[in-house]
Amino acid sequence: MTAAPPAPPPDLGTPAGRYRMMRLIREFDTLALEWERAGEIPGGIHPYLGQEAVAVGVCAALAPGDQLTSTHRGHGHVLAKGADPARLLAELAGREAGLNRGRGGSMHAADVSLGILGANGMVGAGAAVAVGAAWAARRFGRDTVVACFFGDGALNQGVLLEALNLASVRRAPVVFVCENNGYATTLPAAAAVGGSALGRAAAFAVPAVAVDGMDADAVHRAAAEAVARARSGGGPGFLECRTYRFEGHHTMERRLRLTYRSEQEVALWRTRDPLDRLRPRIPEADRIDAEVAGRLRAAAAWALAAPRPDPAGAGDFLYAVGPPARPGVSP
Amino acid sequence: MTWLSYTKALNRALADSMAADPAVCVLGEDVGAGLAGPTLGLQKRFGPDRVLDMPLSEQAFTSFAVGAALSGMRPVVEFQIPSLLFLVFEQIVNQAHKFRLMTGGQVRVPVTFVVPGSGSRAGWAGQHSDHPYGLFVHAGVKTVVPAAPADAYGLLRAAVEDDDPVVLFAPAAAMGLREDVTGPPPPVPLGSARLRRPGTDVTVVAVGHLVAEALAVADDLAGEVSVEVLDPRTLHPFDWDALRGSLRRTRRLVVYDDANRGCGFAAELLAAAAEEGLLQAPPRRVTRPDGAVLPFAPELDRALQPQPDQLREAVRAAVR
Ligand SMILES: Cc1ncc(C[n+]2csc(CCOP(=O)(O)OP(=O)(O)O)c2C)c(N)n1
Repeated sequence: MTAAPPAPPPDLGTPAGRYRMMRLIREFDTLALEWERAGEIPGGIHPYLGQEAVAVGVCAALAPGDQLTSTHRGHGHVLAKGADPARLLAELAGREAGLNRGRGGSMHAADVSLGILGANGMVGAGAAVAVGAAWAARRFGRDTVVACFFGDGALNQGVLLEALNLASVRRAPVVFVCENNGYATTLPAAAAVGGSALGRAAAFAVPAVAVDGMDADAVHRAAAEAVARARSGGGPGFLECRTYRFEGHHTMERRLRLTYRSEQEVALWRTRDPLDRLRPRIPEADRIDAEVAGRLRAAAAWALAAPRPDPAGAGDFLYAVGPPARPGVSP
Repeated sequence: MTWLSYTKALNRALADSMAADPAVCVLGEDVGAGLAGPTLGLQKRFGPDRVLDMPLSEQAFTSFAVGAALSGMRPVVEFQIPSLLFLVFEQIVNQAHKFRLMTGGQVRVPVTFVVPGSGSRAGWAGQHSDHPYGLFVHAGVKTVVPAAPADAYGLLRAAVEDDDPVVLFAPAAAMGLREDVTGPPPPVPLGSARLRRPGTDVTVVAVGHLVAEALAVADDLAGEVSVEVLDPRTLHPFDWDALRGSLRRTRRLVVYDDANRGCGFAAELLAAAAEEGLLQAPPRRVTRPDGAVLPFAPELDRALQPQPDQLREAVRAAVR
């Protein structure tokens, strides 16, 4: 097996760099949707299409040593923090060469060496992990910040509210990023969230702002402010990024033909596509698009050629130390 | 020669672990004041940044410890009540325990969860009297139940040094025990049982505070039956070699387990012994009833807990 095609570290410091990353995320999940239909991805994915500006805007405000916790809809976060798209694709396809050696898949994709502390399949679960990681890093004298992504659905999870409180009383350097895409699966946020996202943060004295989550620059500015404050000891911050997912909640949704959002609503949000919005300001956009397409083609070919894991290793990595499991199947 | 109490052993293990490794920290509710015993005096000695009093938010501080472990700490989390584990099953089983496998081995999660006062504390009723170690064994989380003070010290130190999540149950009924020790007790490797009393007729595996009771019953029966008492110390990983070795000698098994019967820890040992064909008589288990919830009144509480008389009967039945 050859090594993955070299992954250049992402440069999110310029509008062109941010555009390139948004394009990568867009094309990555578009490809992942194709792979899902073709049966290459077990279990399916939660597509990030439409929300690219949030991951890119927030990660643009992070330093390489900063960390993040991600969600079931995590491909955008993982890519924007610098993960190799080839190895992420291999992970989605359940290959040993994947980011997590095929043990995590879409919902748990992580590259810890890049500060990605794991995408999480439990809604809201990453928040308290982020607070602990941030607290410990500061104790070790590091001035790093942890960004914690979650959806509007997570606003009703007890652990998230507990984590907000803990971050507040411990002044942990965490930036809570609520990606309010209007729905938790099929349930509209308006029918689910008593009060508001910002109100949740205000209740715990965590400074919070709402931003246009379809505008990478707006997200970036707000995130940079919160990250700088957290880094300098000012405690946690909270961003509510108002955004939209263009696709269904999960790839399963297509087969179910659910109709919980009107076509007009989806069409209206599509007119606010974060890539279209930035593109006119990027003179080299055509070249970037072609470059990203080429990179993904190479990544896809590499990932599909990667060997599948040996079933004999299905019990590996359960413990850092200790005996292998007793066999579960008796002769 | 000094007397070491079980609670003091846990306290000293925490203090020695913290002194040995600056990454070790302790967190939980009222740990600064040392309300439950094991953390007494630690905050004064190590400061509030290593002994953290947490708001009443178990789900958050459990995963906080996981996050801190991912950033290089070795947190010890204390829970005031065993039933709180139901509240944080998500955080321990779904997060702490699964992170390593799900990341393909990228991380280690060295967090220790300590539950002083597990099991019945007479008069504490339904929500404070559970002894849910079997749930963690089932989930595959490393699970430790020390029976004696020196083992409490040695196992807690080993748990803190272990690179995986470990849940340590300190049974309420054991926390008053004292033991004669010379010098600091040695660390006890996880997964190593202790033969507490050799015997030839029947093996009694007893868990936690029931080890002391099983030893007393073995003494009582000494003229009649030769009882071997095995203290597993660690329930997962379990020392199967020690059990096999004992059963090859006795070929009879009784498990004395202060937990609910159905799908319980005792059932697992019986099944394994039967599968391996190590028995020449039907095995027995003495446990709480199926799905028990301990009632408040002391005589009702006691009526649902496994009793020495029942153990005596089970031993006699096993050798009949
Ligand atoms: C604690 C929990 N409850 C339910 C689920 C099932 N589930 C997965 S994603 C989801 C919706 C999450 O909505 P939101 O937080 O708004 O994120 P989005 O999917 O919109 O990105 C649900 C209910 C889960 N994974 N975890």
